[in-house]
Amino acid sequence: MQNDFFNTDEFSARQKSGLQQAINHAFNNSPFYHRVFEQAGLEPADIKSPADLSRVPYTTKNDLREAYPYGMAAVPLDKILRIHASSGTTGKPIVAGYTKGDLETWSIGVARICEMAGVSEKDIAQISFGYGLFTGGFGLHYGLERLGATVVPFSSGNTERQLALMQDFKTNVLVSTPSFAIYMAETARELGYNPREFGLRVGLFGGEPCSDALRKDIEAQWGLKATVNYGLTEVVGPGISGECLETAGMHILEDLYYPEVIDPDTGELLPDGEKGELVLTPMFKEGFPVLRYRTGDITRLIPEPCPCGRTTRRMDYITGRSDDMIIIKGVNIFPSQVEEVLAGFKEVSPHYRLVLKKEKGFIKDLEIQIELTEEGFTDSYKELEALDGRIRQRLRSTLSLAPKVKLMEPKSLERTTGKAKRIVEDK
Amino acid sequence: MIKQISVFLENKSGRLIRVAQALGENEINIRGLSIADTSDFGILRMIVDQPDKAINVLKEGGIMATVTEVIAMEVPDTPGGLAKVLTYMEEAGINIEYLYSFIEKPTTNAIIMMRVERINDALEVLKKNNVPIVGGDRIYSF
Repeated sequence: MQNDFFNTDEFSARQKSGLQQAINHAFNNSPFYHRVFEQAGLEPADIKSPADLSRVPYTTKNDLREAYPYGMAAVPLDKILRIHASSGTTGKPIVAGYTKGDLETWSIGVARICEMAGVSEKDIAQISFGYGLFTGGFGLHYGLERLGATVVPFSSGNTERQLALMQDFKTNVLVSTPSFAIYMAETARELGYNPREFGLRVGLFGGEPCSDALRKDIEAQWGLKATVNYGLTEVVGPGISGECLETAGMHILEDLYYPEVIDPDTGELLPDGEKGELVLTPMFKEGFPVLRYRTGDITRLIPEPCPCGRTTRRMDYITGRSDDMIIIKGVNIFPSQVEEVLAGFKEVSPHYRLVLKKEKGFIKDLEIQIELTEEGFTDSYKELEALDGRIRQRLRSTLSLAPKVKLMEPKSLERTTGKAKRIVEDK
Repeated sequence: MIKQISVFLENKSGRLIRVAQALGENEINIRGLSIADTSDFGILRMIVDQPDKAINVLKEGGIMATVTEVIAMEVPDTPGGLAKVLTYMEEAGINIEYLYSFIEKPTTNAIIMMRVERINDALEVLKKNNVPIVGGDRIYSF
């Protein structure tokens, strides 16, 4: 596959026709988008180049929620082969239906992501993402099969058995959420194993935001090359962008998904390099097409070319979902910022929880609960208090806000085999 | 020197019970203890009859514990008895991190557990001033 090394002219032509195809399909076959175009006084012919795309209104998570369950369909339902849905932590789930062509595009995309991460048909990959309505498990499953790798479809949970099979099957590629990768390493050590001796070579991590510090921590604990990838159900699932072995941002499959970054407050388009909300337009989606979908994910497009030689642009790690953003006393805070700070302290574990102390509907205070590690516990108050103080100081300078820090016993925070729940409310 | 078990306790109900039960179920006797706490967490310090076994039991039970070396010494059970010993430390410039008394059958002397910054220097000072140091044989298994 040479998909990620494009000749510039050829690529522009391809992207242009891809966008036109997406617009025509949405206008002609999706009642939802037909209405959107009419209300905006737009015709598909008005969008001649990617520059004109900004005339198309954004599609939001709320639009998709209101279309529950089948309002976004642009093909008769008998052409839909599979349904996935987002977990719907807030409100109704968001439904995505895939045609045969959609499943094909999706698995090719995921295969390309896996290949960029250095996976090949020689590898044995254990998928520890949940299989089900969540797109993670099936998405990686078919992508890895497409690539020719051996797939172990373990799904999430049952950590001890995961570890046992990983050794027996000589698994060398791990697919999971970053938080589950950390949890598995912890469990392995508890069982008396050294995770570095498992023989894992590459990790593909996604399903939740991951910081570079957390990525490096996973590398150190497992002795593997950790790569981060990105995707969301509303657009397709995993396989929208992923890291090459340079691990310096995720290459977007720009020939399939057209990226833009906007100011989340004003909706204005931002130039490459500036941080804002990622907006995606999948160009070949047949079943449930979306145009200019506001992902809610905060990132930036990296303007510099990647040393690996691939011509597709990279996006930076997601520093938060705009819905994850907490505003306390006028200060915007993302959980990922806390994660970065904690990664600098060997005395505490990467598990943490943000407790929002609410009063009359407003967040009054932020408490950050942090687990001590064996290394971090000493018999001396002075030292524990000094540690608490050092962490607080680093948090204060990173967050521009002074949170309360609460040191906890190890393993006292809830572990998850899927996406970690980092934010809780305390009324 | 005496091996003291220090345990990190979150300020949450049931934490102390969990520690005491784990030790009790494993036939480990607590001979002396002290708890210090802030609003967020506490440190439980204990002298037990089998410190090595205790640390294993606690760790297996998922309780964060560590061993700290402390000095056990006898001071006269009379007014001014403790003050005299503290003066020796003060004069030698040795900082005391904490101390607490140890439960023992009544005698004319009290046993005080003491954690200091420079433990070997402290032992020297005490010996020079004829303060009786109590060894592990007596502390663990009175």
